[in-house]
Amino acid sequence: MNLDTVIFIVSAVVAVFGATMMIAQRNPVASVLYLILSLVAQAVCYVQLSALFLGAILVVVYAGAIMVLFLFVIMLLNLRGSEDLGQPPKALSRFTKYTIGILMTLELVFIIKGAPLKAMATGLIGKAPDGFGSVEQVARLMFTDYLYPFELTGVLLLIAVVGAVVVAKSRKPGDPEETQTEETAGTNTNEAGS
Amino acid sequence: MAEYLFLVPLLPLIGFLINGLLIGRLPRSVVSAVACGSVGLSLIVAIMLFFDLKALPADARLIEQTLFTWISADILHVNLAFMLDPLSAIMILVVTGVGFLIHVYSVGYMAHDKCFGRYFAYLNLFTFSMLVLVLADNFLLMFVGWEGVGLCSYLLIGFWYEKQSASDAGKKAFIVNRIGDFGFLIGMFIIFWHVGSLDFATVSQNAPMVFAAGGTVITVACLCLFVGATGKSAQIPLYVWLPDAMEGPTPVSALIHAATMVTAGVYMIARTNVLYMMAPDALMVVAIVGAATALFAATIGLAQNDIKRVLAYSTVSQLGYMFLACGVAAFSAGIFHLMTHAFFKALLFLGAGSVIHAMSDKQDMREMGGLKKHLPITFMTMLIATLAISGIPGFSGFFSKDEILWKSFSSSHGHVALWVLGFITAGLTAFYMFRLIYLTFYGEERMDAETKKHIHESPRTMTVPLMILAVLSVIGGLVGMPHIFGATNYFEEWLHPVMAGPPQEAATHALASAGANTSMEWILMFASVALVLMAIYLAWYLYRKNTAAAGSLADKLSGARTTLANKYYVDEFYGAVVIRPLIVFSLFLWKIVDVIIIDGFLNGLASLWHDISNALRHAQSGRVRSYATMFVFGVILVVAYFVLGSN
Amino acid sequence: MVPISAYLILAAVLFGIGTVGVLISRNVIVMFMSIELMLNAANMVLIAFSRALSIADGHVIVFLVLTVAAAEAAVGLGLIIMIYRNRATINIDRFSLLKW
Repeated sequence: MNLDTVIFIVSAVVAVFGATMMIAQRNPVASVLYLILSLVAQAVCYVQLSALFLGAILVVVYAGAIMVLFLFVIMLLNLRGSEDLGQPPKALSRFTKYTIGILMTLELVFIIKGAPLKAMATGLIGKAPDGFGSVEQVARLMFTDYLYPFELTGVLLLIAVVGAVVVAKSRKPGDPEETQTEETAGTNTNEAGS
Repeated sequence: MAEYLFLVPLLPLIGFLINGLLIGRLPRSVVSAVACGSVGLSLIVAIMLFFDLKALPADARLIEQTLFTWISADILHVNLAFMLDPLSAIMILVVTGVGFLIHVYSVGYMAHDKCFGRYFAYLNLFTFSMLVLVLADNFLLMFVGWEGVGLCSYLLIGFWYEKQSASDAGKKAFIVNRIGDFGFLIGMFIIFWHVGSLDFATVSQNAPMVFAAGGTVITVACLCLFVGATGKSAQIPLYVWLPDAMEGPTPVSALIHAATMVTAGVYMIARTNVLYMMAPDALMVVAIVGAATALFAATIGLAQNDIKRVLAYSTVSQLGYMFLACGVAAFSAGIFHLMTHAFFKALLFLGAGSVIHAMSDKQDMREMGGLKKHLPITFMTMLIATLAISGIPGFSGFFSKDEILWKSFSSSHGHVALWVLGFITAGLTAFYMFRLIYLTFYGEERMDAETKKHIHESPRTMTVPLMILAVLSVIGGLVGMPHIFGATNYFEEWLHPVMAGPPQEAATHALASAGANTSMEWILMFASVALVLMAIYLAWYLYRKNTAAAGSLADKLSGARTTLANKYYVDEFYGAVVIRPLIVFSLFLWKIVDVIIIDGFLNGLASLWHDISNALRHAQSGRVRSYATMFVFGVILVVAYFVLGSN
Repeated sequence: MVPISAYLILAAVLFGIGTVGVLISRNVIVMFMSIELMLNAANMVLIAFSRALSIADGHVIVFLVLTVAAAEAAVGLGLIIMIYRNRATINIDRFSLLKW
């Protein structure tokens, strides 16, 4: 058992632990923190797979920026984990959902252990070629072969930003039409809930 | 020149397209120039083609032009092809010639109508369809023209559709024609089923090999075709639409319901004469129906007071003559009468139109009288036409009618009874036609003062066609002089290559008993002329000399008179026997079959699904998580299918 | 050395946990985070195969996925804010206007 294996086992356990705790937490702030933990552990795996650049990106952008965005939202909405989340689901429905999740995982494992992937995936990996997964290599690919998808994601981001602004924009107070819709919608919900 | 055959129908079609697509956007002068010009050009092409055809040797007189393959499916192979032979040559000359004159006449007659463009578009479309009908070289293309003229007839009868009676008459014509067309279609199918082709040439060639002469199949096929002919050509029992068709503009009555379209049935029978010659029973039916229609319609014509209705029944009666001729296998005589009839009956209708025009659209003869001095040209031309239709020697009608009567007597398919029916009809024809003349043009002026003020002779565009047709009515018969006058019957000779059986037979017939039959023919001719003169004298006596006698006679025969005036109650009879049951049956279909059974079934099906959906809709809880659960479950199933399936 | 299949199985497990998270979570934000986790599991697979085949194209695709995830987070969080304004709740079961 060499060092690589030890590192993998530790990071894998941490990643799974973080993910599990994330969905188990009642307080959303704690969930975000556990997800960050899981992501950092995953970043370690990335590095083990010679994806140095992406490992860095995952920590900086994902764990750093996006998760902070989540935190902002949670703070903005002032959620403390004590919100009314309705009655807890029935045991049967919970059981069904766990079963479905486990079934899905087993299926995936079954595929991974299946014949077509076995030869390629179970072999021990040798040393990666020089510069594999470096910033330079990824950048070279991204600005040559993948130039158009790259540019398109830029456009997509722009649209997302504009969309987020439009969607989340606070309404002008005293807009009669909008207010009315809100009220009607509210009554509907109450009726549906009761 | 032969390659320009397609121009004959194409030119009116172009006229139709110009006038039809630009309705209401062209000045009247342009509309009339396009309409008359296209038909006039067509006439010129037709005349040139006629002389081309005439230049060919008698046996080779056939110009064919195949434009393209229309339908090609297994053994069904139909070309869009035109065929000019002596028979269709006569027909296109009649159609374009008379058609052209009537177009010109219409320019004057319709001058005050607000739908000028629509009228000429229809008229051109009609000319096109009629030319397709007569030039077609196969049954299917002929049927296209056949339906086309039916459509135009419907459109033009209902031309003044604001008038309830006009649109009703249009519908009646259309529906009655449908019955006939159904027969035509069935006949066509039978022929195709047995011969495997729809070309006239192929059918004529193969028919003797395929069908047993006098057999059931050929007889049924011919009878089915004849049902089509009775619809289009207004014979018993489907004649009822033609008198009502007089609701259309008068030039339309002249062109469609006298000169051309209604003769399509006669043309069709002449075209398929080879088939009919093989089915003597069918021929007999044709002859009997023709003779019966001739007499029947003539008697109704005696008691009509509407000037156009008299002419309408006269047309039905004359068409009966043509079928009588075809029925006794004297096809060329039938076509000959078709041609002369086209001249004098078109003239009569146009003359009647001129009278109606002068009378401010009044059609009742009882309100006319004494028009002779007001309308000299109309009177003269109509008188000529009346003499022609009555069969006064020297006029065209005499030659054609006499030939028919003689053939119905002498032909091997003829019979004395047929001759007698035709003979009586000749007398009746002369009587009611002169009644029309006397009531309209002689005697005191019975119209009211307002109408009287407006009486005027028609404009030049209307009188010139009248005069041309009058000339044709006089001399048109000279081409078909009977043998006994010592002249050559050019007409029969001309049609000889097309008419396989009859002329040959007639020739042997004439050869065998030349002496005896010649004297017989003279006797019959003098008998019919004498009868006609007597009828004219009677008409003169009753309606001119001694009108009181007419009144007392009418009182004595009031029963018969009412029956005739009501057209033997045939419309009422059809109403009770055909239409009422049909309405009851349709009501049954509507109220029971459609509403209860079909709608019930469909509504039941719909409410079944409604109930099922109502039960299932609860699956749509609106909760995202339950949707997601189902979604993931579906993914698991799909993946499982592939994973387990591939192993 | 660790075989590639180990990474793949790790990814499968993370994916399964994400799925369960989506299915059982009543909190919209947690649900949303579970989706992010599933995306990352897919990324892990891409990187593992990239390494196994020594082809760096997978890295580029992962990069693009991260970008799309960022865009998705922006819009999704915007939606959550708006819904919270209207409903004053983040309970996903309350957003059931689309039911029959």
